[in-house]
Amino acid sequence: MSKATDVLTPDTAHHDDDHHDHIPKGITRWLFTTNHKDIGTLYLWFAFIMFLVGGAMAMVIRAELFQPGLQIVEPNFFNQMTTVHGLIMVFGAVMPAFTGLANWLIPMMIGAPDMALPRMNNWSFWILPGAFLILLGSLFMEGGGPAFGWTFYAPLSTTYSNDSTALFVFSVHIMGISSIMGAINVIVTIFNMRAPGMTWMKMPLFVWTWLITAFLLIAVMPVLAGAVTMVLTDKFFGTSFFDAAGGGDPVMFQHIFWFFGHPEVYIMILPAFGIISQIVPTFSRKKLFGYASMVYATASIALLSFVVWAHHMFTTGMPVYMEMFFMFATMLISVPTGVKVFNWVATMWRGSLTFEMPMMFAIAFIVLFTIGGLSGLMLAITPVDFQYHDTYFVVAHFHYVLVTGAVFSIMAAVYYWLPKWTGKMYDTALAKWHFWCSLISVNVLFFPMHFVGLAGMPRRIPDYALQFADFNKWISIGGFAFGLSQLIFLALLIKACRKEGEAVSNQVWEGAEGLEWEIPSPAPYHTFETPPEVK
Amino acid sequence: MQTKTQQNNKMVIRLVVIVLGMFGFGFALVPLYDVFCDLTGINGKTDNTAASYQMVEVDESRSITVEFITKTMTGMPWEFRAETFRMEVHPGELSTVGFYVRNPANSNMVAQAIPSVSPGEAALYLNKTECFCFNQQPLDSGAEAYMPMQFYVDPQLPEDISYFTVQYTLYDVTERTDDTSTTNPFMVSVAESGE
Repeated sequence: MSKATDVLTPDTAHHDDDHHDHIPKGITRWLFTTNHKDIGTLYLWFAFIMFLVGGAMAMVIRAELFQPGLQIVEPNFFNQMTTVHGLIMVFGAVMPAFTGLANWLIPMMIGAPDMALPRMNNWSFWILPGAFLILLGSLFMEGGGPAFGWTFYAPLSTTYSNDSTALFVFSVHIMGISSIMGAINVIVTIFNMRAPGMTWMKMPLFVWTWLITAFLLIAVMPVLAGAVTMVLTDKFFGTSFFDAAGGGDPVMFQHIFWFFGHPEVYIMILPAFGIISQIVPTFSRKKLFGYASMVYATASIALLSFVVWAHHMFTTGMPVYMEMFFMFATMLISVPTGVKVFNWVATMWRGSLTFEMPMMFAIAFIVLFTIGGLSGLMLAITPVDFQYHDTYFVVAHFHYVLVTGAVFSIMAAVYYWLPKWTGKMYDTALAKWHFWCSLISVNVLFFPMHFVGLAGMPRRIPDYALQFADFNKWISIGGFAFGLSQLIFLALLIKACRKEGEAVSNQVWEGAEGLEWEIPSPAPYHTFETPPEVK
Repeated sequence: MQTKTQQNNKMVIRLVVIVLGMFGFGFALVPLYDVFCDLTGINGKTDNTAASYQMVEVDESRSITVEFITKTMTGMPWEFRAETFRMEVHPGELSTVGFYVRNPANSNMVAQAIPSVSPGEAALYLNKTECFCFNQQPLDSGAEAYMPMQFYVDPQLPEDISYFTVQYTLYDVTERTDDTSTTNPFMVSVAESGE
């Protein structure tokens, strides 16, 4: 009889499993977590809160621009709003949201139990709130926070800024360290943690695009850190990197900044391409058209992004041959991007399409991102850029690629994977309201910006000429509506987190394929502790 | 056979080296930019040292319009203007332009002029044998000076450039320098009270 107790019964084995799935309780769960799913959730909520904070600043901007003249805020505060809105949306909303999705999904998609470096993962998230508290805190300093635009061009950020620049520099350093740690984690996970049989060309496209994004991040975030460090020493320690009086050159700032800045815009869109490439095949019930060409197109976009930076600087007085080079290199990027759009459309071609929420957002992404891409192509043409430069046309362009591009793709991703995360279907009626309100308002918001931009309305100015008044009224109305529409999303997310709604199957969506759809719904706290076999 | 942790650590070290390398590259862009601009002249900076006038043949068949613009940085109270705003020169011909400065401030100040040529390519062909921008220019309170700039245009100047602009921006460097004692060699008068 005593021998029988030594035998591992199925019951004790089961108990062992339960022990593994024990989820810590309380605040320390979130503070000390090394679980990729917890950290993914933290990133996503943080990004959403920052999206609302940055959005509130956009509301201030639009309220001031509702009518010509100065009504609500002072020009200096207006400038702080445009600056911090940009910084928060880029570094606080879009990038952490993608990192959150990477945390949730990459291990599940490649059959890994967790990220490769779980403790670093905890750090890379938890230094972020500090960075943004510093940045937001700088707004309350005497003389206000940074007001030189998110691009912090010297000498605006050196000679003409106040002491809050030091806080700005410090917070950008921390954001940079956080993204670099996140990127290193993604690269090591994808290289070393893939399940047996998960070969490079079997990896889901979201994993591929994030791998390439992570390489872009470790290549350019250190350059940004260098640029802000130079601004810091120029301002406080008497160096003259960007000061002509001491032998420096302010135009050099723009070269260094955009050497970071242009790859940065691809950092914010390549994971979006990955998401759309996951969603479109599911709801077309077909394999993705041209998988290999998608991978090569992503890599080509990443490589080309390093040789186009000066298209942001056509008006600085470059020689004609350099303007030609940067113009043609920029236009070349539309070739791999066009390949992607073509492949998505070809995937839908003759597919058994259904239009669930993720697919609606994905289709809206394809159409509206392409509009943003086309206005980008217009901006790439050097001679006309002299007219478009620093007008609302540029604002329209990058909001089409970043809001209806990156942000819509993040929403599509949330609507696609949320049932897997919570195990329950979200409130689809609210989701439809969110989609249609967002879609209509975002176009009322950004489309007229093309017209006022072409007519010459400059960006980053709190006042404008009277002839722009009607369009700006509509833009502001669209802005308020888009901002309010996101509260529907907030309500939906709160309901989903309370686990309201119908239970979903493991596969969730009829046409969904991939390892993450083979595990139970909701995804258990620990997955793939023994690696799956990928055929 | 390496364990997973060893593999991971090895990879992390390699990636951190890339990160540090790119941080260094950001700073390396500064000298790289200067070298690149010296070679191509794309940022319109002229040589900061005096060129010696080589007896080149004056190309009478071409004439180049050179325009002079002056500017003082915000907070710089000096009066500063070129005596000649525009001149026609033949390539290879030595010419001189005077620049007038006056320090209306109550204190002695030191200024530094920074040149910028546009289009930038022309900077490579503008040879200055003498320029007030080579040195810092001290000026006593109330004093004025006529500062010369002597130059010739290299006959190698590309055919498509027939017109270029030289801009001097005057910066206040009083706080950065320690030789406020020297007097400006081009100074013409000192306005003294009670005289």
